Amino acid sequence: ASAQFQLAVPVAVVFAPGSVPGDLPKPLPFRDVREMEIPVNLKTTVTSRYEMVYRSATAQEEAALEAATAQEADAALHPLQDATLGSLTMYVVPETSSLLPQGTSVYVGKHRSALVRAGGSLAALRTRLQQLTQVMSFTASSITAALSDRVPDGQLGPDARRHLKSSLGYEITFSLLNPDPKSHAVDWDIEDAVNRYVRPVLDKLSLVANFSVDSQILYYAVLGVTPRFDKESSSFLLSAHSLPHVINPVEARLGSSAASLYPVLNFLLYVPERSHSPLYIQDKDGAPVSTNAFHSPRWGGIMVYNVEAPASPQASLPLHVDVDMVRVMEVFLSQLRLLFGLSREELPREFLLESPGNEGLADWELDCLLWAHTVENVATVSTTLTSLAQLLDKIGNIVIKDDVASEVYRAVASAQSAMAELAAGHLHSAFQASKEAVTSSERAFFDPSLLHLLYFPDDQKFAIYIPLFLPMAVPILLSLAKIVREARQCKKEPTKMD
Amino acid sequence: VCTSRFWFNYRHVANTLSVYRSVKRLGIPDSHIVLMLADDMACNPRNPKPATVFSHKNMELNVYGDDVEVDYRSYEVTVENFLRVLTGRIPPSTPRSKRLLSDDRSNILIYMTGHGGNGFLKFQDSEEITNVELADAFEQMWQKRRYNELLFIIDTCQGASMYERFYSPNIMALASSQVGEDSLSHQPDLGIGVHLMDRYTFYVLEFLEEIHPASQTSMNDLFQVCPKSLCVSTPGHRTDLFQRDPQNVLITDFFGSVRKVEITAETISLDRDIAGFESKLPKDELATEPLKYAEQLPVAQIIHQKPKQKDWHPPGGFILGLWALIIMVFFKTYGIKHMKHIF
Repeated sequence: ASAQFQLAVPVAVVFAPGSVPGDLPKPLPFRDVREMEIPVNLKTTVTSRYEMVYRSATAQEEAALEAATAQEADAALHPLQDATLGSLTMYVVPETSSLLPQGTSVYVGKHRSALVRAGGSLAALRTRLQQLTQVMSFTASSITAALSDRVPDGQLGPDARRHLKSSLGYEITFSLLNPDPKSHAVDWDIEDAVNRYVRPVLDKLSLVANFSVDSQILYYAVLGVTPRFDKESSSFLLSAHSLPHVINPVEARLGSSAASLYPVLNFLLYVPERSHSPLYIQDKDGAPVSTNAFHSPRWGGIMVYNVEAPASPQASLPLHVDVDMVRVMEVFLSQLRLLFGLSREELPREFLLESPGNEGLADWELDCLLWAHTVENVATVSTTLTSLAQLLDKIGNIVIKDDVASEVYRAVASAQSAMAELAAGHLHSAFQASKEAVTSSERAFFDPSLLHLLYFPDDQKFAIYIPLFLPMAVPILLSLAKIVREARQCKKEPTKMD
Repeated sequence: VCTSRFWFNYRHVANTLSVYRSVKRLGIPDSHIVLMLADDMACNPRNPKPATVFSHKNMELNVYGDDVEVDYRSYEVTVENFLRVLTGRIPPSTPRSKRLLSDDRSNILIYMTGHGGNGFLKFQDSEEITNVELADAFEQMWQKRRYNELLFIIDTCQGASMYERFYSPNIMALASSQVGEDSLSHQPDLGIGVHLMDRYTFYVLEFLEEIHPASQTSMNDLFQVCPKSLCVSTPGHRTDLFQRDPQNVLITDFFGSVRKVEITAETISLDRDIAGFESKLPKDELATEPLKYAEQLPVAQIIHQKPKQKDWHPPGGFILGLWALIIMVFFKTYGIKHMKHIF
C-alpha cells in the first residue's frame, strides 16, 4: 500500500549573546523550514520537515547559560523549555564559551535540549544543527529500519529487523540459573532490585508500551556448551562463536508465560558451577568481555556472574552468595536499551552525551523510540488493511460482521489522524492515534470469522445444486418447449384457416 | 502435522513424531513447535506395546517418550484449525501453546504427512485441504509477514501437487512423490503388525541423524535424499519462490535454531543509593474490591437480546424465475380459462 509520511520536528534554536553568526539572512527571530526526503520504496516515501525557529535568548535563559558546567546549565534551562514530546531546543553558545569542555562542540542533555558551540558561519551551524536534530529524533536508517518490510531486500542494512518490533506490551522475565546448588546457595533480592532500578526505567517507557515483570529461579539448568579451560588466565572461556548455541537448551526450561501474547524478553543471570569458575565470555578478538554478558536481538540477554572461590579450601559447601544486584541491573538495563535500539555508540566524537542516570534513558531517546514506533505502526495498519481488502476482493461472498466493520473504520480514522498529527509535529497524539489504529486493525484482520474456508466459492455452489435441480428442471424445460411450440402453431393456425 | 487417524495409519504418526524428535534434538524448544496428531496410536487397544510408538522395526526407538507435547490432538486436527493456526485467526481464548506466534524474522518448517491425492490432502478421513487453500493461507501469512522463510515438506501420495499452487515469496517445498506416483511405506514390523515408517521420511531422518546444531550442511544435500532406487517414488522440490540459493541455505536454518548473538559492550551506570519505589497501596488497604467471578459470556446481553429485525428483501432472481416457470407450466397444463375459478 502506498503511504506518504510527513514527519515534522519543531526545533527552537536559541542564540546566547555573543553567538549570533554574522551572516543571518533575516534579523532574529525568524522561521526556516527544511525538508528532506527519505525514499523507502516505489510507493512509500518519508518526508521530514525540520521547522526551525531562530531566536535570541531571553533574560532567564541568559542567566541559566551563565552556569559553570553544562550539566548545571541544562538543569537550569529545563523548566524554561518547551517540553512537549517531539520538540527540541538547541542553545547556541559562543565559540569561546567555557560551558562546553575542550574538544566537544555539542552537549546533549538528558531532556530535550542541547548546547551547541557556534561555528562561525550560519552554514556551518546549520549542518551541525541538522546532524544533531537527526540524532535526537530520527535518522534515515532508523526510519527505514522501522519500515523494514517495505524496503526491497537488497537494501536492508544489518540493523534492520534487529530491534524489537512495536508492540502494545512486553513481558520481561528475570531468571536466575543455578546449575550447581550443592556448591552455591544463591540469593538475589530481585523484588527490591526491580522496585529500585527497573521500575523507574519502565515507568519512563510506559508511554511506549505496557510492561509486566516476573522472575524465577531455575536449578540444575546448564548451558549447552562446555567452556574451555585457559591455562594462562586459569579461567574458563566461552568463545564468541559458541554463544548462539547456549540459548536453546536453556529456553526449553524457561517456560514462556502462558497467559499473555506479548513478546517476552528474557534476562538470565547464570552463576557457573564450582568446577567451571571463573567463567568469562570472549569476544571475536579473544579478549574477555568487560560486562561478561551477551544478548540476542528480540530475545533477551544473558550475564555470567562469577563467584569468588572460597578463601580456605575447607569452607563448608554450599557457599552463600549474595548477588550484587546493582552490577547485574546495570547490565540488564543496558541490554534492554540495546534491544529497543537505543545505542549511544555510533555518535561522532565531538558529541558529549549526558548520562540519564537511574531513569535509564533520556527524554530525546524516548522521542526516538516514539518516532520509529509511530511510523512502524502506521505502516503496519496500512499493510494490514490493504491485505484485508484484497482478501475480500478475492472471496466475494465473505460476510463482514458489524464489529469487524466498525474496527476497520476506527482503524482508518485513527491512522489518518496519526498521519495528520505527524505532519503537524505532535508526536504524543500521533503515537496514541497510531496505537489505537494498530489495535483496531489487528482485531479486524485476525477476527476468527474471516476464515476463507467458511465461505463457499461459486463453483462449489454449482457443484451442489446442479445435481439437485437438473433432473427436476428437465420436465419443466420440456414443457416450456412444448408451450412455445403450441403457441407458435396457434399463431399460424388462424392465418391458415383463412 | 499428521493428518490420519486409525491403527493402520501408524506410520504417519511415527513419521511425525520422528521429525518432531529430530527438530527438538537440534535445538527447537516445545514452545516453538505446534504438533498436530490424532494421537490414537500409543493407547490404542490394538497396540501390543502400549504407551509406545516405534519408528524402527525390532522396536529400537520409541519416539513417544515422556516429553512429547501434542498441541492439537485427536478431533482437534481439522483443516479449519490448521488454517487458523497458520493465518492467526484464532479465537482469543486459545492458549499460547496452540498459537503460531511468529514474526517477520522467523523461519518456519511445516511437515505434513498422511493420505493425499492430486491437489488435496485428506484430513482424518472426513475432509480435505486443497492446494489452493494452502497457497492462499501462505499468502495471508506473507501479507502479515508471519514468516521470513518457509520450508514445506510433505510425505503423501502425489505430494508434489500440493506445492504446485504456491505463489508467495520465500517458500521452499519438498515432496516425497510426483503427481501420479504413490509414496510407499518402508518396512512392516511383524510384532506390531503395521508398517512403521514411510520411505521418504525414513531416509530424511537418516540424513538428519548426521546433522548437529553447528553443522554447515546445505539444503542441496536434502534434495538428494531418497533417490528413486531407494524410494521407488521420485521426490520433488520447488525453489523458484525462494530468494536465496539453496546451496547457501543451512539445514539448521529450518530444522535447528541458531540465534544471532551480540556481545553487550555498553553499560549504564546506576546510582546505588536511590530510594526504593514505594508501593502505591499501603498494605492494609490491598483488598478493597470484593473478588467476583469473571464474566465469561455476556449472559445478560444474550438473554435480553431481541431477535434482530431482518429487513425484508424482495425475492431474488432465481426464486422468481423458478416460481414463474412453475406457474406457467401450471397454467399451460390446466388452461387459462380455469384462472377465474382459482382466484
